[in-house]
Amino acid sequence: MLVTAPPTAVAAPPDAGPRRRAGLRWRRLVSPVVLVAGWEAAAHAGLLAPEKLPAPSRVLATGVRLAGDGTLGVHLLDSLTRAGVGLLLGGLLALVLGVAAGLLRLGDDLVDPPVQMARMLPHLGLVPLLIIWVGIGESLKVTLVALGVFFPIYFNTYAGIRHIDERLVEAARTCGLGPAARLRHVVLPGALPSLFLGLRLAIGAAWLSLVVGEQVNAQTGIGFLMMEAREFSQTDVVVLGLVVYALLGLLSDLALRILERRTLTWRRGLRAT
Amino acid sequence: MATRPARDLTGPPGGTAGLTGGVGGMTGGAEAGVTGTAVGRVTGGAAVLTAHGVRRAFDGRPVLAGIDLTIAAGEVVALLGGSGSGKSTLLRVLAGLDAEATGRTRVRGTAAVVFQEHRLLPWKRVGDNVALGLTGPHVRSRVDRALTEVGLADRHRAWPAELSGGQAQRVAVARALVREPDLLLLDEPFGALDALTRLRMQSLLRRLRAEHGFAALLVTHDVEEALLLADRILLLDGGVIAEEIPVDLDPAGRSADRPARSPDQPAFGALRRRLLDRLGVPAA
Repeated sequence: MLVTAPPTAVAAPPDAGPRRRAGLRWRRLVSPVVLVAGWEAAAHAGLLAPEKLPAPSRVLATGVRLAGDGTLGVHLLDSLTRAGVGLLLGGLLALVLGVAAGLLRLGDDLVDPPVQMARMLPHLGLVPLLIIWVGIGESLKVTLVALGVFFPIYFNTYAGIRHIDERLVEAARTCGLGPAARLRHVVLPGALPSLFLGLRLAIGAAWLSLVVGEQVNAQTGIGFLMMEAREFSQTDVVVLGLVVYALLGLLSDLALRILERRTLTWRRGLRAT
Repeated sequence: MATRPARDLTGPPGGTAGLTGGVGGMTGGAEAGVTGTAVGRVTGGAAVLTAHGVRRAFDGRPVLAGIDLTIAAGEVVALLGGSGSGKSTLLRVLAGLDAEATGRTRVRGTAAVVFQEHRLLPWKRVGDNVALGLTGPHVRSRVDRALTEVGLADRHRAWPAELSGGQAQRVAVARALVREPDLLLLDEPFGALDALTRLRMQSLLRRLRAEHGFAALLVTHDVEEALLLADRILLLDGGVIAEEIPVDLDPAGRSADRPARSPDQPAFGALRRRLLDRLGVPAA
């Protein structure tokens, strides 16, 4: 399972269709609703054994119950903390190394080869080694998230800097901008769309790493909740955990897309022409 | 500080400046059919640009083989040549954008560059693009004035992507103008525009030149454009300035009460024919 993007993946994410299709967007809701309704009906008709797959309404009720007694909140907070700390550590390291490799020839020569080699390692396959290195405690989860986050951010930072139009840098030079000012006015804003893409991929990788990490001897977290429920055959809690993971991914992606649209206003102008 | 100090862009040491190039401001090299006119002819005022023995080779193939060039204050010089003749290379050297060229170039005062593409930063609004790198007081009012001069006063909040090609190029002119340059380096500035827009831009440039009196080096492959705008035309061929042609027509828009230079004049047509012959375009 390799979740990093290839180094050239800087294309803009697909946007919503043209405006004339907006009126027909409700059609996209039809099949998910039908699927969930079919699942509910099948569960009620006895086609699905409750211990294999409980009805969606039952999962929802369990969710409300666990949220009500605070269990869900505690585990959710622990999972979020792990993801946040891992994202921060791995992301910062990736940013620093990506900028060094993208801007400096020496940085490129020193940093890029080992990173390219390490990219080929599926980071989730490192779990046995990481257990030996950092144990089975919190640091394992955070390390795993940081590793998952590192590669998409590094490659997109690198590519974002490398793909800046050299002619714009030249024009800035003729306007009297020194290296620091060129970095601020040309390189950084030029690399920003690529950085956002890297961050979106990284957040996806963070959740994935968390799912795996929290199944190794965790005492808290959504993953722990699911593993514990499996031992007591509480299938509804297991499914609930999956739903929570999915919602976390969906919401973080949505938040980032909104932030991206706010920050990169100038790209709206690009689309308008 | 609004103006940059005079730059002395000295190329790498050991440059071969002066070996076959100019001696005392004259171009040498019989192979290029030099007219014998002093290239460094000064038409008035001190020189804003002097270049001596500028050389540049790409992969061992010389593109500039010893260029000597002087531009007087307020003088507009057009640099004509076929494609691949090294016109743009020379301009990039003079703009200080080519670290591998040898020879000496010196700009007195401020220089500003307008490229063939507008090269506006897409993530900055028009006003911020014009203000790029400006320091000192009244930046905002200076930017507004420059945008007004190119007729885009109301677009300072627009994104570059929202502009037409001609508008974007006008913003690029404003970005150069706001620096109050003593020398404008123009690299085929209107080459990517449609024919009508190009004519409008040419008269805009004539007007701005009449108002501001900047000197300019105009790189172009358009003979008519060179004749319309320049006081002097240099032909670049074989890596050297092969011919220098003064344009003895009505002043290129220097004062409003005299008739503007126009292609309809007989002398214009004669010069045009001469230049085209020199560029290897036979009469139909």
